[in-house]
Amino acid sequence: MSPVLRTALFGTAVGLALMAGPALAATIKVGVIAPFSGPFATAGQTFKQAIEVYQAQHGKTVGGDTIEFVFKDLDQANPAQSKALAQELIVKEKVGYLAGFFFTPDALAVAPLIDEAKIPCVIFNAATSAITEKSPLYVRTSFTLWQASVPLADYVHKQGVKKVITAVSDYGPGIDGETAFKTTFEKAGGQVVDTIRMPLKSTDFAPFMQRIKDSGAEAIYAFLPAGPTTLAFAKAFNDTGLKAAGIKFFGPGDITQEPDLPALGDAALGIVTSFHYSQAHDSAMNKAFVAKHKELFGSTQTVTFTSVGAYDGTHLIYKMVEATGGKSDGAKAVDAIKNLSWESPRGPLKLDPASRTVIQTMYIRETVRGADGLINKEIAAIPDQPDYGYKGGK
Amino acid sequence: MQTVYGIVIDGIAYGMILFIISVGLSVTLGLMRVVNLAHGAFAMVAGYLASYAVQAMGVPYLVALLAVVALTVALALPLERLLYRRIYGSANELAQVLLTIGLTFVVVASVNYIFGPTLKRIPLPEFLTGTVDLGPKEIPAHRAFVIVVGVAALLGLWGLLERTDFGIRLRAAVENPEMAAALGIRTERLYAITFGLGVGLAALGGVLGAELLPLEPYYALRYIVLFLAVVAVGGAGSIFGSAAAALSLGIIDTAGKYLYPSFGEFFFYAAIMIILFRWPHGFFQGKSA
Repeated sequence: MSPVLRTALFGTAVGLALMAGPALAATIKVGVIAPFSGPFATAGQTFKQAIEVYQAQHGKTVGGDTIEFVFKDLDQANPAQSKALAQELIVKEKVGYLAGFFFTPDALAVAPLIDEAKIPCVIFNAATSAITEKSPLYVRTSFTLWQASVPLADYVHKQGVKKVITAVSDYGPGIDGETAFKTTFEKAGGQVVDTIRMPLKSTDFAPFMQRIKDSGAEAIYAFLPAGPTTLAFAKAFNDTGLKAAGIKFFGPGDITQEPDLPALGDAALGIVTSFHYSQAHDSAMNKAFVAKHKELFGSTQTVTFTSVGAYDGTHLIYKMVEATGGKSDGAKAVDAIKNLSWESPRGPLKLDPASRTVIQTMYIRETVRGADGLINKEIAAIPDQPDYGYKGGK
Repeated sequence: MQTVYGIVIDGIAYGMILFIISVGLSVTLGLMRVVNLAHGAFAMVAGYLASYAVQAMGVPYLVALLAVVALTVALALPLERLLYRRIYGSANELAQVLLTIGLTFVVVASVNYIFGPTLKRIPLPEFLTGTVDLGPKEIPAHRAFVIVVGVAALLGLWGLLERTDFGIRLRAAVENPEMAAALGIRTERLYAITFGLGVGLAALGGVLGAELLPLEPYYALRYIVLFLAVVAVGGAGSIFGSAAAALSLGIIDTAGKYLYPSFGEFFFYAAIMIILFRWPHGFFQGKSA
């Protein structure tokens, strides 16, 4: 055997031994797929910042293993691209966990991959109930529209409102929200006088406002994706005199998410939303979270629900690494955190062992003017809300 | 009856906003025959400048509106000299598309970098908030203001293009540049002024339309189809055509959304298809102004 060949063989043997050996202070990679450019870049940015805040508070190692995050940019809902990126992360980067996912289709697309590679996937945002049914390795730390809308419908009914009209953007989450609200509100004895589904690309909302006015409803339940359409909708609500006419405005908290509040301005005042996180949440842990964010990034304007989704998701990844001692065992990792309870900046959380979505407190908030601009002020808390939409809504 | 009245009023208000934000494109695309896909980018830059002026510097709204229109034109004229002048003429259509869409991407990225990806607003002054009572129907004061400005812009442009020497020279230069130049018309200067006019109108539309089309870095790409639709239906180069197109599309869209919201944008695009099928060159193609 030539010396060269011998060295090569020896090198290969050592290499194999290292790879196959037990986790000796390894680096565990987590692949994060989210929008980091394009119109939804803020969402990816909040994910990344929240992960950095978590690592600044808790260190970058778990039991001797270093946790390293690898970020992949997916600028819009694109399932094929999501799958390709996930494959690259699993095969080339050898990630032990997938995370992120702002849009539902992107999260759904990776189900066959995580099943085959047996790695857990922590969803930081995508909020359609059906996702976690597609693989036992999905875990979700955000919320679902059912989770936000069911307690809201009860709350609206308890306020003495009898007739409500719903107005939602015509796409998956909008229809989830409409169904959840309508079912719950009618069960409680209220009446939904009309359901309006608005095109996603609407720019002019005056005709819908006229329809709302003519319907004789006392309140609206509205859901639109955060961004320009919500702003135009809220403005139209004010400008066409609906607010002045005393019609109340309810909806899931996306519509008054913190980064949009300065642009919404006075148009947002008085909107009552239900959501799992407000930057103004009064707890020591949230204050520490927001303060650390400010220390690292200078501003807290972008701290919103996607931030806590990523923060708690990172927490779960740390717990899974801890439970498996750094070994790659997706099923064991997910089993270890089922029923896990912990304290988050948003309040107490518990992972539902069936739906693998967090059971959490839903806060009813009103948008008011605080010391430095608009805030979502919590006015009621409804604890222990599960994902009512799991398996098609109970 | 009240419903019909409501739809017509809302439709006219929406149509006038469409007119204000598209009329600049009608000037560059229609009169100068430059496929200016950067129209939305100029409108967006003006909107951001106005937002900055009103919010950070405390400039009154109307002053900011005029100053921003002037400033945007001043920023665009060097671009005309350096870039646009090379691509005038119908032989350069592909070059026009590539250059202006490239310019749009540059503007989108720059605005995203400088102002960030969050929504910006232009706070309205006291007299433009609230509603105006029009008998059985109230409309937002801001829309009433846009209708007034839109009518003024329509009449002003018509007068400028039909009733002045400038208009005659411009139309001559567009029809036959060589002959116009031979007759002593300074076509280059004429084109620069007209380009400035188009950009100024884009800026006006960007600021006034910000209530309806909120400012964010992807504004420039997001709404370009809307602008092009109005100009295509109106007939390239016709100011009255653009107004007629904007108003009819506004009324059709409003009626469709009010009566059958689940059909979504169907009526808007169906109307475009039917109109272009009947009048392939738009309402007023061939007639000047």
